[in-house]
Amino acid sequence: ADIISTVEFNHSGELLATGDKGGRVVIFQQEQENKTQSHTRGEYNVYSTFQSHEPEFDYLKSLEIEEKINKIRWLPQKNAAQFLLSTNDKTIKLWKISERDKRPEGYNLKEEDGRYRDPTTVTTLRVPVFRPMDLMVEASPRRIFANAHTYHINSISINSDYETYLSADDLRINLWHLEITDRSFNIVDIKPANMEELTEVITAAEFHPNSCSTFVYSSSKGTIRLCDMRASALCDRHSKLFEEPEDPSNRSFFSEIISSISDVKFSHSGRYMMTRDYLSVKIWDLNMENRPVETYQVHEYLRSKLCSLYENDCIFDKFECCWNGSDRQVEFSALYIVVMTGSYNNFFRMFDRNSKRDVTLEASRENNKPRTVLKPRKVCASGKRKKDEISVDSLDFNKKILHTAWHPKENIIAVATTNNLYIFQDKLN
Amino acid sequence: MFVRGLKRKCFDGEEDIEGTLAGIKAIPSYNLQRQSLLDMSLVKLQLCHMLVEPNLCRSVLIANTVRQIQEEMTQDGTWQMINTQSTGQASLDRLVSTDILCRSSRDSAEGKHVPAYGTFNKDFESDQAQDRTETMSTASSVQAPRNLQSNVWEMENPQENKGNFQKSLDQIFETLENKSPNSVEDLFSEVDNSYYDLDTMLTGMMSNTKMGHCDSLETFSPPTNTASNSNCKSDLSDLDHIVEILVES
Repeated sequence: ADIISTVEFNHSGELLATGDKGGRVVIFQQEQENKTQSHTRGEYNVYSTFQSHEPEFDYLKSLEIEEKINKIRWLPQKNAAQFLLSTNDKTIKLWKISERDKRPEGYNLKEEDGRYRDPTTVTTLRVPVFRPMDLMVEASPRRIFANAHTYHINSISINSDYETYLSADDLRINLWHLEITDRSFNIVDIKPANMEELTEVITAAEFHPNSCSTFVYSSSKGTIRLCDMRASALCDRHSKLFEEPEDPSNRSFFSEIISSISDVKFSHSGRYMMTRDYLSVKIWDLNMENRPVETYQVHEYLRSKLCSLYENDCIFDKFECCWNGSDRQVEFSALYIVVMTGSYNNFFRMFDRNSKRDVTLEASRENNKPRTVLKPRKVCASGKRKKDEISVDSLDFNKKILHTAWHPKENIIAVATTNNLYIFQDKLN
Repeated sequence: MFVRGLKRKCFDGEEDIEGTLAGIKAIPSYNLQRQSLLDMSLVKLQLCHMLVEPNLCRSVLIANTVRQIQEEMTQDGTWQMINTQSTGQASLDRLVSTDILCRSSRDSAEGKHVPAYGTFNKDFESDQAQDRTETMSTASSVQAPRNLQSNVWEMENPQENKGNFQKSLDQIFETLENKSPNSVEDLFSEVDNSYYDLDTMLTGMMSNTKMGHCDSLETFSPPTNTASNSNCKSDLSDLDHIVEILVES
């Protein structure tokens, strides 16, 4: 139940939320920077823990509904409290996280412990005052958005209008208003009339960061569709279809499976989007539909092992990907873009768009002492293994990094292995 | 052919399922690899974890793979040359042996660090004589997939859940031995859209098409509904009960 299933920074980067298979949400808060210790950024410590979803039983279908948190998305902060959406397979919840560090004391009719005083003993009146108390962080569910998904929810995305959001399951996408829980609009429906004809499912969906009527959704066949809600109420017809033609030389029985897109993320500018399929990360320019502008190979050495990976089900692992922070993307008057994604053996990869360099790092306590610089790793695909290289056959496929997140402003990253969360930052000089 | 404890041999270039067409020995190897991939896929479709709804994406991808293999086998002519002898026994062995293979790899994937490679190595080379029986028995196992697909998505179907996968597997074996495609179709057609409709109606989804079905469900008139409900297993009594309540109200 401690398996981490989602990781997300809030808009300021001060808070980092993780969701796990047991339905819990744990929020970490960054310590305020110490002016005297300018060489380190604040550490992240546990701020709040709460049970977001409980396991449920669907009596009609006699099936359990898992409490595993599939996605967390933060709302931008509007007042002192923080809000986030968390979802399991069927239900989305809006949580309010607020702090309490004062409490009223000096009531006239109540004792400090809450018991009522005998009114006849009251001889003077006083005005209650707020006195400081130990900080308490409370999480309370403010909205519950339920019963709108027949299939498993895989994505939620908050619109740039900050009033609506979408939720996507395998076959449908619904549009909600954050204030309204008893209604949602269905905006995409790819369920065929005859389920025997089903060959494609929705794998991820996201709203455009700037245009509140635009969203994309990816499919298990490796396509991405961009839809405009102004075109029609039901966006079954896409405005743009992004698909790269298949490389005939690489064709195998597994071609379709590995082309299935597991994650799609817009760049902060909204000009590009990134998709993750089993072996690669692709960057697409929204103005060009017929092929990506860049493709990065995450672990090409697995291509020859697809049959084994199919057998042990690893080929169905859904890796996520992320962009570096928005502030960082425009730096030194040039676009500075890095993308990150996970792999096996607790490795994760980063690709620098400008320099075209890439690096493989490992999230592991045994191999990295705290506060030391991570050593780049290399996988030896075939042939003679050099010193410090790891051969493909000794990779541990149980140690997978599916979820990673990048701080919106700093070069701080959160990397989730199966049970642990690692936070790395770049070296400050 | 596949005996537990028998040491599996590595292929050279174990990984490449396409193989090369160099040499006559390589050609049956490709067919056999393809066949075992097909069997593995069928078993995966069946061995869904029953308490929780199986992953629809995964099921769709596996079913598409099965379809691809089928299409290729049809084009190859491998399909036609198959004599549909009743080789129920052999096909049972095959499915079970693949199951053993999958289970052992899954178990090892559970906790230990075991390299995934080398497990998908069948001991075909030592059993060349068995090739013919194996290809012949493919017919039976492959006929099932088309209907299996409908069986899978209707996941919302109560048939697979409640730990009943063993029962559905038995059904597959039964139908394989009977060799009557019609019965196979009937078997899986009973798991039809009516469950979806009940589903969507009761989860409050608003959709015109569904509304029509809702009406019919309430009056309980369409033959498909009655057929499906009457063919429900005893452990679908919950569903029956609920439907009865609906009808009576």
